[in-house]
Amino acid sequence: MNADTAMTREGALRLWQRFTPAERSMRSAFYLITVMAVIWSVQTVAIIPEFFYDAPQQTADLFARMWPIDWAWYPKVVHAALIETLHTATLGTAVAVVLASLVALMVARNITGSVVLNTIGRLILVATRSVHAIVWALFFVAVFGPGALAGTLAIAVHSIGFTGKFLSEAIEESKPGPIEALVAAGASPLAVLIKGYWPQVKPAFLAIAMFRWDINVRESAVLGLVGGGGLGMALDTALSNLYWDQAGLVLLVIFTVVIAAEIVTAWVRAKII
Amino acid sequence: MTGVLAQTPRQRVAFPSNWSARIAFVALAIYVVYASTILDISWARFAAGIEHGSRFLSRMFPPNVAPDKLQLLFGGMVESMQIAIIATVAGVLVSLPLGLAAARNLSPAPLAWTARGSIALFRSFHPVIVAILFVKAVGFGALAGMLALIVASLGFIAKLVAEAVEEMSMQQVEGVRATGSPFLSLVIMGVLPQVMPRFIGFSAYQLDSNLRNSALVGLVGGGGIGSTLFTAFQRFDYDFVLTIVLAIIGVVMVGEIVSGWMRRLFQ
Repeated sequence: MNADTAMTREGALRLWQRFTPAERSMRSAFYLITVMAVIWSVQTVAIIPEFFYDAPQQTADLFARMWPIDWAWYPKVVHAALIETLHTATLGTAVAVVLASLVALMVARNITGSVVLNTIGRLILVATRSVHAIVWALFFVAVFGPGALAGTLAIAVHSIGFTGKFLSEAIEESKPGPIEALVAAGASPLAVLIKGYWPQVKPAFLAIAMFRWDINVRESAVLGLVGGGGLGMALDTALSNLYWDQAGLVLLVIFTVVIAAEIVTAWVRAKII
Repeated sequence: MTGVLAQTPRQRVAFPSNWSARIAFVALAIYVVYASTILDISWARFAAGIEHGSRFLSRMFPPNVAPDKLQLLFGGMVESMQIAIIATVAGVLVSLPLGLAAARNLSPAPLAWTARGSIALFRSFHPVIVAILFVKAVGFGALAGMLALIVASLGFIAKLVAEAVEEMSMQQVEGVRATGSPFLSLVIMGVLPQVMPRFIGFSAYQLDSNLRNSALVGLVGGGGIGSTLFTAFQRFDYDFVLTIVLAIIGVVMVGEIVSGWMRRLFQ
């Protein structure tokens, strides 16, 4: 990067350096700031050391209470909760994809010309993404009451940001050739969208939807902790009753379903996309 | 799919009907209706909720910016940042060796599979669930949140480090190995220079992800702004809730900008 100065005089001693002085000082500043931030955090964070001493006993106690796992609870409560979680994740993803497509069209600069609309769309994406699904669930539980409706809406709204961001990028990357051909043929804007853009963004669209579904299975499993229905609700019940053997069962089910979702996603991706 | 119908030259259609796509859309629509009935989602409930929601929103505006509330907000936010910083740094330091152990081109197979298994285990549990377990183990407060986020960071960064190490060029590693250097020098001189830029990128991403998640672990007793938020919710201080949520959005956005700088600095 500093090659210019070294190349000017052929034969002179070349001093090659990987980074410019500015880059080096920026990096040193970065390291310094990092170290300072860590020192500040470690020194001021409120940790109660007494709690730390009996952590090993507490952890051992935790696992002792979980074992043996209460398998009988699965058909009674957990199975229904599992089904609810899967439906929450899937329906939430479906709603999110529809809403995110609209926002993505608004954000993509090659579709919406207005800078104001682009910015509004971008703000929607950032705001929905920054507030976590569980916080959204808190809101929707306060509005719609506890249950899967609140959970589904939380999943849907939170996923708009992620899905919309990647969708808008895919739309912006589509080639202008087919679009121009359609416009020249006198196609209506809707026809241009369906026959010009859709075939180009379809692979990305499916990949994004599958990826988000995988994430949403994980997220919807915990929404119940704040009243969003599903496995989290079963976990919350078990924890507040201090039935750790039931909590262990729910944790095991969550683990299994998350791994299964990952396998399904990988399989579909290899098969279709 | 388009080529099949276009074979007979007379009936060339510009856009042949795509039946598999139509069936997929209909199936999706049927599923949406079915799932809605299963989950007891109905228009009546939705409409009732909308009315509820407008009352709820009116109680949220204007956001509460009383000095005592702002002090609470500031305290929670500072604790969240501390949690995020410590968790990221500790997670990064541990995930480097763990990622190397999980890379199949460097470490022996049994070690690699053990490391991969533990990474998969860390990744599959949501930070909130990990936080619940740590709250039981080390009690309420920032420590539990921190440990939960360290586990989450491990799962993410170690996996990406392992992938980056597996994708790197082995020629440099061979070169260093040919000089007869021990394993540690091999890692420092042959491996790290190749994966460092990506590693910094993951760490930067993990920092803002931890910042976001530190708002979560508080909901189950892990300290930070999440505790403040949950308390405000339980006390029906909805105007303060709005202040907290806006503050979280602001901090997360600033965090995203900062981590963007970090990534560009090390590209």
